[in-house]
Amino acid sequence: MEWEVIYKWLPKFIQGAILTLELVGIAVILGLILAIPLGIARSSKRWYVRSLPYAYIFFFRGTPLLVQLFLVYYGLAQFDAVRASFMWTYLRDPFWCATATMTLHTAAYIAEILRGAIQAIPPGEIEASRALGMSKPKTLFYIILPRAARIGLPAYSNEVILMLKASSLASTVTLLELTGMARTIIARNYLTVEMFLTAGVFYLLISYILVRGFKLLERWLRVDACQGR
Amino acid sequence: MNFDLYGFGPALAAGALMTVKLALTALCLGLVLGLAGALAKTSPYKPLQWLGGAYSTIVRGVPELLWVLLIYFGTITAMRSLGEVFDIPDLSLSAFAAGVIALGLCFGAYATEVLRGAIIAIPKGHREAGVALGLSKFRIFTRLIMPQMWRIALPGLGNLFLILMKDTALVTVIGLEEIMRHAQIAVTVTRQPFTFYLVAAFIYLGLTSLSMVAMHFLEKRAARGFVRTT
Repeated sequence: MEWEVIYKWLPKFIQGAILTLELVGIAVILGLILAIPLGIARSSKRWYVRSLPYAYIFFFRGTPLLVQLFLVYYGLAQFDAVRASFMWTYLRDPFWCATATMTLHTAAYIAEILRGAIQAIPPGEIEASRALGMSKPKTLFYIILPRAARIGLPAYSNEVILMLKASSLASTVTLLELTGMARTIIARNYLTVEMFLTAGVFYLLISYILVRGFKLLERWLRVDACQGR
Repeated sequence: MNFDLYGFGPALAAGALMTVKLALTALCLGLVLGLAGALAKTSPYKPLQWLGGAYSTIVRGVPELLWVLLIYFGTITAMRSLGEVFDIPDLSLSAFAAGVIALGLCFGAYATEVLRGAIIAIPKGHREAGVALGLSKFRIFTRLIMPQMWRIALPGLGNLFLILMKDTALVTVIGLEEIMRHAQIAVTVTRQPFTFYLVAAFIYLGLTSLSMVAMHFLEKRAARGFVRTT
């Protein structure tokens, strides 16, 4: 192990880690916002409301993120209409392509988590709120969603960790996040094992901090006390 | 839209075959590693428990892409010096072997947790019955625990296999000729990135759907003789 070389490149790794965190942060927050209507529509009793989110989730969960990323980053350039539109300034940029793809990808998974959580709510609680005279939207916002958030939180934290690992794919569209940075540095100093292992340690560290953070959030939301079994 | 895919149809089909081969080989390695990890984690010996825990924690915390890159590019010098010992010049891991090892390693880490859960879920009395009948430890595992374990672990393993199937796309970065690689070659020739990546996406969608159907039948077979109580 060449410790001093690792130490020398540490600032670059931190720079890469910050980009990784930006990618993951934007993707999981926007993904959650997008997933809430998707998940609610997915758990609808009417088939025509249910089918469109189902198709969306089926496509994004059934294909690799790499394919989706290439479809957006390389694929969209095939259409002149896209190149001519105002969107092109964003879609030309690998950062926005990566965040957009990761957002769409994770939204499908989070929507499925949300559906599971909504369906896991004891029907008696929803019936109780209806019996108390709460309207359907009121039931949704005061009973179903807060309850589903607590049931789904552990699964959501898993999804965030999975997205952290998936963000390494952004290196294939020239972004210099942790993996991309490691590959660039290796092209300079040829210390393959050391540099990849350093990147790996960074990933482990970030996921450890995230797991701890979600544990705290679970305690703050009193997830255990709300399960009521 | 051109329906013979500019002559790249057969190449993509060959790529799909390679993807399936890679996924199944990695599955075999991953199941062995997962079983070893689960046995280590449930064993009464502290060092073994620690080893199994370290394996599943470390491998699951690092991205699959990084494992693929590390195993392919990181072993070049080690393999070369190994080749000098056995007098084989230019010994190195092929892209296929590196892909199988990396994906098998990741599958095994997740499978460790799934199989450990399944082993724990088997009632204690079954093991004690085996001991009372004078069966050896090995016999208890192969005849009592294993057949029951599969039934419990199958849904979890099925999910992991779907993830593995999609992760095979990562091996394209080290140049294995699977679906994505062939799609990339077709793109450089025809300049139709959207068409070919969409075709690749649909091939993956077909493969995952097919494995979902297969999983359904396997689960049905494993659950025979069990009345589902809901």
